[in-house]
Amino acid sequence: MNTGDDRIRALAAARWRIAIALSGAVFLLYFGFIFAVAFAQGLMAREVAPGLSVGILAGALVIVGAWLTTWVYVRWANLHFDRQRGAIDGDGQAG
Amino acid sequence: MNPGASNLGEPNATAIAFFLAFIAVTLAITWWAARRTRTTEEFFAAGRSIGGRQNGFALAGDYMSAASFLGIAGLVSLSGFDGLIYSTGWLVGWPVVLFLIAEPLRNLGRYTFADVVSFRLRQVPVRVSAAIGTLAVVSLYLIAQMVGAGNLVKLMFGISYESAVVIVGGVMLAYVLFGGMIATTWVQIVKAVLLLGGAALLCFLTLSRFGFSPVQLFAAAAAEYGPEVLAPGKQVANPLDAVSLGLALMFGTAGLPHILMRFYTVPDARAARQSVFWATGLIGAFYLMTFVLGFGAMVLVGREAILLVDQGGNMAAPLLAEVLGGTGLLGFIAAVAFATILAVVAGLALSGAAALSHDLWVSVHRRGDAPRDEQILVARVATVVLGVVAILLGILFKGQNVAYMVGLAFAVAASGNFPALVLSIFWRRFTTAGAVTAIIVGTVSSLVLIALSPTIMVDLLGRPEALFPLKNPALLTIPLGFAAGILVSLLKPEPSALAAYDAKERRMIMGSA
Repeated sequence: MNTGDDRIRALAAARWRIAIALSGAVFLLYFGFIFAVAFAQGLMAREVAPGLSVGILAGALVIVGAWLTTWVYVRWANLHFDRQRGAIDGDGQAG
Repeated sequence: MNPGASNLGEPNATAIAFFLAFIAVTLAITWWAARRTRTTEEFFAAGRSIGGRQNGFALAGDYMSAASFLGIAGLVSLSGFDGLIYSTGWLVGWPVVLFLIAEPLRNLGRYTFADVVSFRLRQVPVRVSAAIGTLAVVSLYLIAQMVGAGNLVKLMFGISYESAVVIVGGVMLAYVLFGGMIATTWVQIVKAVLLLGGAALLCFLTLSRFGFSPVQLFAAAAAEYGPEVLAPGKQVANPLDAVSLGLALMFGTAGLPHILMRFYTVPDARAARQSVFWATGLIGAFYLMTFVLGFGAMVLVGREAILLVDQGGNMAAPLLAEVLGGTGLLGFIAAVAFATILAVVAGLALSGAAALSHDLWVSVHRRGDAPRDEQILVARVATVVLGVVAILLGILFKGQNVAYMVGLAFAVAASGNFPALVLSIFWRRFTTAGAVTAIIVGTVSSLVLIALSPTIMVDLLGRPEALFPLKNPALLTIPLGFAAGILVSLLKPEPSALAAYDAKERRMIMGSA
């Protein structure tokens, strides 16, 4: 096995780790919300300001959290993944 | 608003004018696209020429159905906070699509998700089972859209249910048959812009009455209907139901054939990544706006007036438009809702046609070797078949309450398609038998448990009790799909699939070039 294949395998493994970590984060965020809705109804009903309950705030934060995790991934992929991929590609063609 | 004071349901000149304008523009796009649609690659994948941002709008257009626009706004207007569980659930599937599916899918496949699952496995069994999974999801989703279209058009334009279903089916056929994926993509983009623009306009006008503060709007809702509207209520009486629905929504998006197919329309994996980023942003903004639309309708239209028009609350958003901007705005929003359904149906029909022609006819019947003209002919015949089936399903299910069907389509997609797709991409030891078992077990078990669920047995058939307690089976059937695929693969290894994994991994990372 040449080094190109090793580097592809390492890059695939790195991508897999990021994908699983971020999927896990979204999973915890959303099911944290669902479980709070199901089992902590008193807390969710509390109003932090007149008209703004913890539940509504949490729902909006789930959407913002989903945005943030996609942003984190796209940033990692654009900066790190694409550069490594380009490096493997360049070496492959040179050699 | 006084109950019964609405002009909804009377032929509305503005609505008809806006709708005809939408039809004229989209048919012009179709005519333009038809001249660019000669090969299978153009018909099913728009010649891979769609940009990342354009595809992001098209994904949003494919995804934001009338169920989310009218259904969530209605649910929030009637039950307050509980409706927001759907708003968040329908978004969290998108990060999953981005992290796990979009880029590998683009690098490994050509037209359908079966391309990816069958990449290093035996073609025939995998393609047949993936086509079954695709058609099950597409049919359930089509029923929900067609019946929704019929009811909606009847309520808003006052024409008969059957003519509405035939109009939707006919116009959709024109888009897909002649313009293929190029026309469908641009119809989705136009629709997404109209829907987001319409929702933003309604939000702006609503908030202008509350000092541009959503919190003041929520406070007004609580003042009129009690603080319960801001807190979890009876929709989450059974926590297991909430969790099961949440799982279906989160993992179902990544198994929807018409969404997955969109990733083949962009030139490379980077553009696929960019398109999900845009889609997540647009769809999230849309669902945030449903918070305001729902509570706005609750306060400005009033629950009584909403219930008077439709027991399901589906007319909350159009009624809100009428209160805020009179018959003119009502007409615009009604036309946007109709356009929304039309676009979603077009995307569904195209993905069903791809499963019939690319997976079943070309790859299975012709063993991957069919002349170009035959491929495109079969694709068009399959489109007509899907269009006729859509119209028939719409008429057959007339009068059924199908609001739950989108949730069930998500359950089947999450249990049948998603496990096989993830395992084939990331698990070295996955086998042909494992893939077939995962898809069939996931699809069949979710369909059977839906048939035994309270939704069908109690609500539809009127039995006193259901054999299966959950309304949505995903909590059980997603793990079942994964377990079946893993177990069968471990019991009977497939050396050729194992050996081909490194080549697959190289292509998944580096692309096909």
